[in-house]
Amino acid sequence: MTPPEYTYPDGALAFPHRGLTGIAGLAPHEIWFLLDEAEQWVEMNRGAQKRRELLSGLTIINAFFENSTRTLLSFEIAGKRLGADVVNMAVANSSVKKGETLIDTAMTLNSMRADAIVIRHASSGAVQLIADKVDCPVLNAGDGQHEHPTQALLDALTIRHAKRAFNGLRVTICGDILHSRVARSNILCLNALGADVRVCAPPALMPADIERMSVTVFHDFDAALKGADVVMMLRLQMERMEGQFIPSPREYRHLYGLTLDRLAKAEPDALVMHPGPMNRGVEIDSNVADHLDRSLITRQVEMGVAIRMACLDVLTRKSRKLEGWA
Amino acid sequence: MSMHAPLTITGGRGLLADGTIAAGAVRCEGGFITAIGSDVTPRDGDIVHDAGGALVTPGLVDIGVFAIDKPAFHFGGITRAALMPDQNPPLDVSARVRFAAQSGKPDFWVHPLAAATQGLDGKALAEIAMMRDAGARAVSTGRRWIGDSGTMLRLLQYTGMLGMVVIAHAEDAGIVGNAVATAGEMATRLGLPCAPAQAEAIAIARDIALADMAGAAIHFRNVTTAAGLDLVRTAKARGVQVTAGVSPAYFMLSDLAIGAFRTFTHLSPALRSEADRNAVVAAIADGTIDIVASGHDPRGPEDKRLPFADSAPGMSGAETLLPLTLTLVRDGAIDMDRAFALLAGNPARLLGVNAGRLAVGTEADIAVIDPERPWIVNADKMAASAGNTPFDRQPVQGRVLALFKGGTAVRAR
Repeated sequence: MTPPEYTYPDGALAFPHRGLTGIAGLAPHEIWFLLDEAEQWVEMNRGAQKRRELLSGLTIINAFFENSTRTLLSFEIAGKRLGADVVNMAVANSSVKKGETLIDTAMTLNSMRADAIVIRHASSGAVQLIADKVDCPVLNAGDGQHEHPTQALLDALTIRHAKRAFNGLRVTICGDILHSRVARSNILCLNALGADVRVCAPPALMPADIERMSVTVFHDFDAALKGADVVMMLRLQMERMEGQFIPSPREYRHLYGLTLDRLAKAEPDALVMHPGPMNRGVEIDSNVADHLDRSLITRQVEMGVAIRMACLDVLTRKSRKLEGWA
Repeated sequence: MSMHAPLTITGGRGLLADGTIAAGAVRCEGGFITAIGSDVTPRDGDIVHDAGGALVTPGLVDIGVFAIDKPAFHFGGITRAALMPDQNPPLDVSARVRFAAQSGKPDFWVHPLAAATQGLDGKALAEIAMMRDAGARAVSTGRRWIGDSGTMLRLLQYTGMLGMVVIAHAEDAGIVGNAVATAGEMATRLGLPCAPAQAEAIAIARDIALADMAGAAIHFRNVTTAAGLDLVRTAKARGVQVTAGVSPAYFMLSDLAIGAFRTFTHLSPALRSEADRNAVVAAIADGTIDIVASGHDPRGPEDKRLPFADSAPGMSGAETLLPLTLTLVRDGAIDMDRAFALLAGNPARLLGVNAGRLAVGTEADIAVIDPERPWIVNADKMAASAGNTPFDRQPVQGRVLALFKGGTAVRAR
C-alpha cells in the first residue's frame, strides 16, 4: 500500500477552525494536517526531555462534567508538556452540582480568560453549546453519544504508524455502537481518510440508519471479522443504558467477545484496538488485549498525548499571533 | 353577555359557514352574530369597523395549549384555547378547572381539559364528571400516554358515558423512553437518544381498538407519521369516533431541522422524517386530519438554552399557527374554507362550543385577516412570553388585522 498524498495550504488555511467540536465538518487534508503536526510530539515524548515552552503563559481549563481518568490525564499532560498552565475543573465540587446551568459555568470559565477550554459532557451537543458562548477555542473531549474527535484522531495516528495507508483498509468496529461517541467520530474520520469501515453489534446496540454514514452493518461478528485489517473493540456502556439491551455480559461475550480464536478469522496481521477502559473477559480477552504483536492498545494511549498536544498547539496559534495564523 | 355597543364589520369578504367567500357586513349584538350579508348595514349607535376589503373569518380555536399567553393568542387571531391539564399543579380537580375556565375572560376564553388521571400519572382516574361540571370541555392524557391498557379502557368507558372526548398523546412510552429525537440518520449522527417513529402507530392502534370497544370518542392531538395516519384513516372509514390533530411544525419541518442541536426544534413528538412530513400534508388534504393546533408552549432560556437532550420540548406556536397553515392554501393542498375548518370549525365542534363559524347565532368571535400580508418571524420580538420558535427568520404570509371576542374588539391595528 502506498500512502495517500494529502497536501494542505500554509498557515491558518491548513486548519481554519476556531475549535475542535467534532470530526464532522473537517476535510480529509485537515485531519491529515493534525496527524502530521502530532508526529513531532510523538518524537519528543519518546525522548528524555518532554517539555517545550510553546504555550508558556497560556491557561488551559479542562472542564470535565463527566468522569474521566485517561482522557483528562492525557489532556493535562499534553498541556503541561507544551508549557501551559493547566487547570482541571472537578465537577464533583463545582457549582454545577448546586444547580448552575451549563451556560453560566461556561460564561464563568470565559471570564477567567482561558486560552483554551477542553470539555467533556454527558449530553450530545453540550460542547457546541459552550463553544458558541465563549471567546476561546473549545476542544471536545467527548459529548454524550455524539463525538470524541481527539480519540478518532489518535486512533488514526496509531493506525498510520502501524499500517501506513488508509485507502482500502478494512476496519471493523465492534461493540456498543449505539452509545458510542468514539464509534461516530471514528466512522467519520476513517471514512474521510479512505478506509472501508464495518460496524458490528446486536440490533439493540446499533443506531438507526447507521449505514447512511457509509459503513457496512454486521450483526455476526465472525462475518464482520473476515478480511479485517484492524479490529476496534468498544466497551458496553452500561451507564448509558436505560432498560435491558443484552441478556448478560457472559452472553454478550459469547457472541461479540474478541478471543484469540475469533481474531484468527481476521487478516493474519490484523491489529486490535480499544479506546479503553476495557472490560477484560467481556468484549476482549486478556490474551488478545495484551498480545505484543497484535494489540495497539497501549500505543493508542501514547498517541493520545501527541494528538492532544497538536490540537492545543494548532488551536492556540491565532491567540499566540503565530505568523500566518494571527 | 357583552355590555358593549353592537358591532358592525363592514367592507369585508366574509368566509361563510357554507364555505363561500362573499362581500358584505357582519353585525353582532349581545355577543352573538345577528346578521351577515351584502344587505347588512350598521345601525345607529353601532361601533363600525371597516375591514377595508380584508377577509373576515371566525376566530381561531386552538386545541391543546400549555400556557395562557393572551398577547400571543391575540396576535395569532385565536379567541379560544383548550388548556392542557399539564399545569403546575395539574388540572385534575374541579376547583382548578373552574379557576382556569375563568382565567382568560373577558377577551379570551380558556376551555380547560380535565386530566384523565390523578396527577396525570396514568394510574387512577381523576374526578372527570366533577371537572366537566366545573367547565372542562374534554379530557386529556396530557403530555403522556397511559401505559396501562386496562386503565385506558376504563377511562374511555367512563368518558363515553359522560359524552366527553379523550384527547390523547399518541406515543408508546415504553418504546419512546427518554428519546428526544426520531430514530434515523440525523439522530444517529447527532448521537441523540431516539426512538422509532412506529411508537406512534403502536399507541394509536391500541387506543383506536380501546375506543372502539368502549364506544367512546378519541382525538389524537398530534398524528405525525404515515403509519399513524393510515390507522386513523382506516378507523374513520369503519365508523370509529376518532379524530386527529397536528401542529404546523409537523407539516413544515422534518428531523433535518434538529441539526446543530437547535433546542427550539425539540418537540414532543419529535420531528419526523421527510416522508412522514409529506404524509401529514396528504392527510390534511384528504380529511384524515381534522384539526391544526399550535401546541403553544412558550419556554424561556432556562428550559431551552441547554444541551438538546436536557432541554424541555415544545414551541411557542400561537403566532405562527395561521400563517403556517395558510402555506397549505398557497401550495394548493387545501382551500381557505378547509383551512378555517382545521383552525376553527372542527376544534369548536370537538369542544362543543357555539363558535368557530361565521353564522348567525354563533358567538361573535371574529378575526379580520390579510391572508397575503408578508412578515418575518422574529424569535426576539414575539408577542408570546417566550420566543422559542423553530421558524425564526422565516418569511411567512398572513396576518391578523383585527380581532373580536364576543363582538368586542381585543386588537385592532
